Amino acid sequence: MNTGTLISLRAITKTYGEGVAAFQALKGIDLDIAAGQFVAIMGPSGSGKSTALNILGCLDAPTSGAYGFRDIPVEALTRNQRALLRRHYLGFVFQGFNLLSRTSAQENVELPLLYRGAESAQRHAAAREALAQVGLTGWEHHTPAELSGGQQQRVAIARAIVTRPLVLLADEPTGNLDSQRGHEIMDLLTALNREQGITVIMVTHEPEMAHYADRVVKFVDGWVESDSRKERHSPPTLPLSGEERTQHGRCDTPLTREAGGVNERGPGTP
Amino acid sequence: MTQMLLNALLLALRAIRRNLMRSFLTVLGVVIGVAAVITMVTLGNGATHMVSDQISSLGSNLLILRPGQQLGPGRDSAGAASFKLADVEAIQTQVPALKAVAPVVGSKVTLVAGNQNWQSQVNGTSNAYFVAGNWNIAAGRQFEEDEEAAGKAVCIIGATVKRQLFPKGSPIGDEVRVKNFSCEIIGLLQGKGQGAMGQDQDDVVLMPIRTAQRRLTGNVNDVSTLMLSLRDGVAADPVMEQIRKLMRERRRLSENADDDFNVMDTKQIAETLSGTIRTMTGLLGAVAAVSLLVGGIGIMNIMLVSVTERTREIGIRLAIGALEHEVLLQFLIEAVALSALGGLIGIVLALFVCLCLTALMHMPFLFNPGINLLAFLFSGAIGIVFGYMPARRAASLDPIVALRFE
Ligand SMILES: Nc1ncnc2c1ncn2[C@@H]1O[C@H](COP(=O)(O)OP(=O)(O)O)[C@@H](O)[C@H]1O
Ligand SMILES: [Mg+2]
Repeated sequence: MNTGTLISLRAITKTYGEGVAAFQALKGIDLDIAAGQFVAIMGPSGSGKSTALNILGCLDAPTSGAYGFRDIPVEALTRNQRALLRRHYLGFVFQGFNLLSRTSAQENVELPLLYRGAESAQRHAAAREALAQVGLTGWEHHTPAELSGGQQQRVAIARAIVTRPLVLLADEPTGNLDSQRGHEIMDLLTALNREQGITVIMVTHEPEMAHYADRVVKFVDGWVESDSRKERHSPPTLPLSGEERTQHGRCDTPLTREAGGVNERGPGTP
Repeated sequence: MTQMLLNALLLALRAIRRNLMRSFLTVLGVVIGVAAVITMVTLGNGATHMVSDQISSLGSNLLILRPGQQLGPGRDSAGAASFKLADVEAIQTQVPALKAVAPVVGSKVTLVAGNQNWQSQVNGTSNAYFVAGNWNIAAGRQFEEDEEAAGKAVCIIGATVKRQLFPKGSPIGDEVRVKNFSCEIIGLLQGKGQGAMGQDQDDVVLMPIRTAQRRLTGNVNDVSTLMLSLRDGVAADPVMEQIRKLMRERRRLSENADDDFNVMDTKQIAETLSGTIRTMTGLLGAVAAVSLLVGGIGIMNIMLVSVTERTREIGIRLAIGALEHEVLLQFLIEAVALSALGGLIGIVLALFVCLCLTALMHMPFLFNPGINLLAFLFSGAIGIVFGYMPARRAASLDPIVALRFE
């Protein structure tokens, strides 16, 4: 069933507003993304990058076109089914961090696991591990206000990866950071992609950050202007297909046969 | 399902803890509302109980005859002539429905015994006073006939006077100085405690009416009040009417003149009083219930505000994969937990306030489990009702709309 194509967008358009105020942010996007890829979406401001990423992350619905996620037609899913898809398969790193304020890093990272119904011991361990992965051991009990921008961004990444998602979507993860912190974050994303086989889709307008990706998709005015791939300097150690990932127990719920097959809750947590 | 509820509870408690100050301000309305309702009802119960106790301690069938018009707005009791001893005799002989007729004169006087002194009500009266006022003699005896006839300096003291002037030992046979004469104590009244208006009924000294007239008031013939005790099973109204007619005649009032005296039925007064207290309790309870409702609206308001404030948070939760009903449940539980917590604090507060106030007002403290439970359940219900609307609104938001919210 899985051909290695994780995501396929066909003739996706998105129009904001109505009537004379209507604005078409996406004008017909075709895009296929294979499992295990590290894709950078580039383009000038206002070219529709965030709009496309929100659609990819099932946060927003396209005006027209078809979005297949592991061959599931996403537009046929209900609101709750899309929420479950996000819960079980997607990790999202927002442009503005979007952490819960006055909430410790630990609790922020635990949040997605809470919605998965994980036991508290399991939750604590997984959150600590994810924080350790982004180099924040010892900062578990700090609230966002007590953390620097780079640290907040890393908490946001830890929250996105704590569920071991199939796909990590990141909107300008380095946008608010200085260049050195930016490179640290990129190293982290690269490691997640190479070592854990997580598919990474990242929006950026900085060419030096896009350099880390093995594929760069350029947006201009709501169109895909170019799509360039490059060979990896060192091929990924785990170029896993979706099925192999499932066997490794990484992805808990096999996204099933048809649209309605997204279960209320997966059989377990990582 | 239980796991889901536990999680929702955990999330809600975390949210409450994160906004401790705001949470406290939110529930303040419910705290005050619950405390007010419980306090009103508890105090009202205590007051009603106290008054009905009073009815029995007064002596069930007591009428009081006093000079002056019925007290009330624009009425005046000054200037009306006192009764005479002959009036007492007339009533005694002409109204057979009366068991006892006690004439009373009295004034506030300073008493001295040894090196103690004490201000007290001194009443000159007869032995009929014990029947009319439902008094028992705890020690000693009543007045003897010759003491009454000759106006001897003897007296019977109330429990409070005894406590103040003779803290130790029996005062019987001792002397007490009343104004300017010495008086032998021949008896001690059994204590009654507080009166219906909160006055101390035991703070009293009784002596033969002649003694009081001669040595205290100076008016040898005047009687200021008559205490009349009805025979058992006799209706008060016809007797009161009979006394009224008799007194109008004796005081030579013309056909269209108003009464310049009044007869009161104390039982009726007490019943009216406790009825009034019940009405007041109901009214204040209703006002308190409205304040509880206002407290609920406060919760709804804050929940609505908090939904707006927390729109981004809701966006984050939805984006992470929270389902609509999970967000709904979280907000609902948060509201219920908050208001139930407020209810609990309100109950504790009410308990404290009631204990203080009943002690202060010398009232019995009657814990009423029903009203406490009711107020608590009501505060929980307020959480459900007023938490549901904002919770719905929060849960139905589009994640992307919520996230973009600034
Ligand atoms: N919610 C919205 N309502 C109306 N217009 C929007 C909305 N979001 C984005 N747009 C418009 O769509 C275009 C693409 O936006 P976006 O995808 O955020 O661009 P990028 O992320 O590439 O800077 C912009 O012109 C922007 O003004
Ligand atoms: Mg953008």
